Amino acid sequence: MILWLLIVIPLLAAPLAWWAARASRLLTLWIALCAFAIDGVLSFIVWLRYRVPEHAIQGQWMLESHTPWIPQWGIDLHLGLDGLSFVLIVLTNVLGLVAVVSSWTEIRERQGFFYFNLLLVLSGVIGVFLALDLFLFFLFWEVMLLPMYLIIAVWGHENRRYASFKFFLFTQAGSLVLLVAIATLALLHRDATGAPSFDYHDLLALSIAPSTSWWLMVAFFVGFGVKLPVVPLHTWLPDAHTEAPTGGSVILAGLLLKTGAYGLLRFTVPLFPEAAQTFAPIAMSLGAVGILYGAVLAFAQTDFKRLVAYSSVSHLGFALIGIFAMNRLALQGAVMQLVAHGVSSAALFMLAGALQERLHTRDMRRMGGLWTSAPRLASIALFFAIASLGLPGLANFIGEFLVLFGSFHTHPWLTALAATGMVTAAIYSLALIQRTFHGPLGAERELPDLSGAPFAVLVSMMAIVVWLGLYPMVLLSTTEPILPFLHYLGPSTPNAAPSQPSDNPPILILQPLPHLSHASTR
Amino acid sequence: MTTTDLFALSPLLTMGTFCIITMLGIAVRRHHATIAALAAASIVMTLGTLPLAASVVPRTVAMLLRLDTYALLYMGLVSAATLIIIALSYRYWTLHVEDREECEEFYLLILIATFGALVLTASVHFASFFLGLELISVSLYGLIGYLRARRAPLEASLKYLLLASTASAFLLFGMALLYFETGTMVFAEVGAAMTAHGTKPLLWLGGFTLVMVAIGFKLGLVPFHLWIPDVYQGAPAPITAYVATVSKVAVGALLLRFVSDLRILEVQILAMFFAFLAILSMFGGNFLALQQQNVKRLLAYSSIAHFGYLLVALLAGGPFAAEAVTFYLVAYATMTLGAFGVVTARSTPLRDADTFEDYRGLFWSRPWVALTFILSLLSLAGIPITAGFFGKFYAIAAGVQADLWLLVLLLIANSAIGVYYYLRLIVTMFDRSAVAIAVEGGTGHEITGHWATVLSLGLIASMLLWLGGYPGPVIDFIRLVVTDLTATVLHASY
Repeated sequence: MILWLLIVIPLLAAPLAWWAARASRLLTLWIALCAFAIDGVLSFIVWLRYRVPEHAIQGQWMLESHTPWIPQWGIDLHLGLDGLSFVLIVLTNVLGLVAVVSSWTEIRERQGFFYFNLLLVLSGVIGVFLALDLFLFFLFWEVMLLPMYLIIAVWGHENRRYASFKFFLFTQAGSLVLLVAIATLALLHRDATGAPSFDYHDLLALSIAPSTSWWLMVAFFVGFGVKLPVVPLHTWLPDAHTEAPTGGSVILAGLLLKTGAYGLLRFTVPLFPEAAQTFAPIAMSLGAVGILYGAVLAFAQTDFKRLVAYSSVSHLGFALIGIFAMNRLALQGAVMQLVAHGVSSAALFMLAGALQERLHTRDMRRMGGLWTSAPRLASIALFFAIASLGLPGLANFIGEFLVLFGSFHTHPWLTALAATGMVTAAIYSLALIQRTFHGPLGAERELPDLSGAPFAVLVSMMAIVVWLGLYPMVLLSTTEPILPFLHYLGPSTPNAAPSQPSDNPPILILQPLPHLSHASTR
Repeated sequence: MTTTDLFALSPLLTMGTFCIITMLGIAVRRHHATIAALAAASIVMTLGTLPLAASVVPRTVAMLLRLDTYALLYMGLVSAATLIIIALSYRYWTLHVEDREECEEFYLLILIATFGALVLTASVHFASFFLGLELISVSLYGLIGYLRARRAPLEASLKYLLLASTASAFLLFGMALLYFETGTMVFAEVGAAMTAHGTKPLLWLGGFTLVMVAIGFKLGLVPFHLWIPDVYQGAPAPITAYVATVSKVAVGALLLRFVSDLRILEVQILAMFFAFLAILSMFGGNFLALQQQNVKRLLAYSSIAHFGYLLVALLAGGPFAAEAVTFYLVAYATMTLGAFGVVTARSTPLRDADTFEDYRGLFWSRPWVALTFILSLLSLAGIPITAGFFGKFYAIAAGVQADLWLLVLLLIANSAIGVYYYLRLIVTMFDRSAVAIAVEGGTGHEITGHWATVLSLGLIASMLLWLGGYPGPVIDFIRLVVTDLTATVLHASY
């Protein structure tokens, strides 16, 4: 029940905030802030109250909630919380607060409805991080789309229609592929046992013929890859980020992209361990390509937000590599990278929003020399630019380093290629600072510097990045116990992947389309 | 004919009786509200007899009609949809009464068409099939051209006349061929004769195909869709809603029974024919919908695409397919009624609200109407927690189960295309720039929220959410019902 509260609090706050906007703007703000604050506190309470170390070792859920919903289809309202969900939910609540604060001055019309959508998106995101029934997961997955679409379409910048359509179409097409795979899994379960089931545990125990498993894995990968974004599927991202209002960009970069990674971590790899193992080189290559491609394009941008958007493509390449490297170290790196990127990209988008509000442009060619007039803004921007280029001692470094360190054994060449991403990141990050803040003064008038709530929020985000960079054990020890169970690296599981990848994995791409009747019942 | 037969027939008898009573009522005294209430009462009475009929089914009456729970479910659906359309059209015609249009016969024609629809849901014989179809078509000629002072409805009526009579001609020829080969007009016997026969004579296949062409015309499947969008666009809004829901659902119900009784899917070439129709309808409907600037036309093409999806579910075969198709039809009726209901509710005496401009900024000026519309459109697009999502999910699951991978992939591709044009309409409603214009440039006939309109739109919206959020009971009910239909298991050999 407590888990449901985590989802329901923002869900109920949403109409309340909308309604409150009629009475007072300030009330809306406080309702939204309180919702995230309460939610965050609640998740900590859950964590402290139900954290039983033995459970964590056995890979069990700290807290589960299970109620039948549509029994004919084997669909249950099944939620579960473990270390990974916990970390991401805390991130969600933190970024929720950030998004509320950063939208405060920017969104001036139809505020109530904006916060309604914002709260709804985050309610969906929290649901995604908790759902253990694939149908329920898909439901939350879709629920977060529509309000996000509205945030871009209604409050976005000049080209908002195009960007919002592209965002929705790409993610919706990906979701539909995912939906087919989910339905197929449920029907496979029915073939094997007589009753369809969407339950995570039931499906983990299901044995699937290799060719079927391969195609389903690809479908899952595509569905989540659109969100992550994996390189050929990423084209919606720069547009959506550029056109979204600041709060929208913060949520998009900080959280929605993480749901894709979470899906890969929680579902794609564990459900199809062998197929994922076979697919790993392809996925990792895509990750490496994404790192370099994102970096090159980021450098070429003149639009502040677009640059940060492409840098997201680049940074999440590391997460993809970490997820498919299939070892504990790289996995921890991937999780760390998710959190670090969430915080630092959210901060950069917030800064972009602050600049836009002051200069009414995102074009870096019209900026320059802002350091003298807005030193706080500039120094915070420098901090996060450096964080995102991976300076040791900051959270992003830990993430990227662990990923590279972890995947070096198995894929040295790919890792070397990916490592150049850390160099290119330095180039575009410093270029960002140089073009924006250094050089002769581009703007004619003095700019107000950061102050008040946005300043406080950004400073606390800096604190988070430093904290996680200097003492990553907080996060690593939270997620550490459950990681083996996400990948079945341990021997205790029914369909464990072989600890060593087999010498000649069959080339499954060439297999024909699966037939359900061929599902083996090993 | 026994008393039990009469009980079984009670929904049809009630409806028929009330058609006559309504006709006499109009003859005695023309009064809009009274006749509308009488028409609504007729439907309510018919709905009331369903439990009575349910107590004696399944039962075949006089070879022509088979009253089983399956038929009764569709009767309920068709009647409920008609009731909502009557409620919605009351306001629409109230606006026109001031123009001295006499509107009482409208309700009578609707009742007669619904009578035809009821016959269709229960028919197991070509004679009743034909009669039911003609009852709907002939009433619709009048209904579509009802606003005879305007040009568009008349044109639409003429086009519908040509379409429907072409369909009838195809149907009659097909029936004749089948009768020639088998000597019977009962669906199941025709099917049995075909199964007994080893090889299928060409005339037989031809007969089936011709009948399918007729059904294709009625459902608006590509390539038989030619004038359907014109008809949708030209007809008065409540009639568009009627054509899109009641007549299509009734024909859909018949199609499912026809296919399962005749075991059409066992014949590979006919299954292929269905698959082609499905693919063409999905692509044709969606691609043409992309280019529409008129809301009614857009919804018309979208409904063509939806019947393409429905055929994918149908092609899967077996009780599961019957379940999927039935659920899809329930969802389809609800969401289409919602969409056209809003179009009806936004219409003025001068014209129907069928341009995008009519909906610009609607969300900000009339949030509840807009929400109902958005909900219906999202449902049509297949977004979760709406009825349409579950319908699509069912169709996909049915396709996957029968290994129809190509069709399932095409269905997905088409759903993604579909999202685009539904979103285009939705985003128009959120357009923040136009609110001021919409308010000051109001037509002067701004909607006074008539209680019947509000009630029916609210009902539809809650149905959409209920079917999408908690479909368990409905699924149970449908499963129970389709067992009546699929006592003999149909199977896809395609």
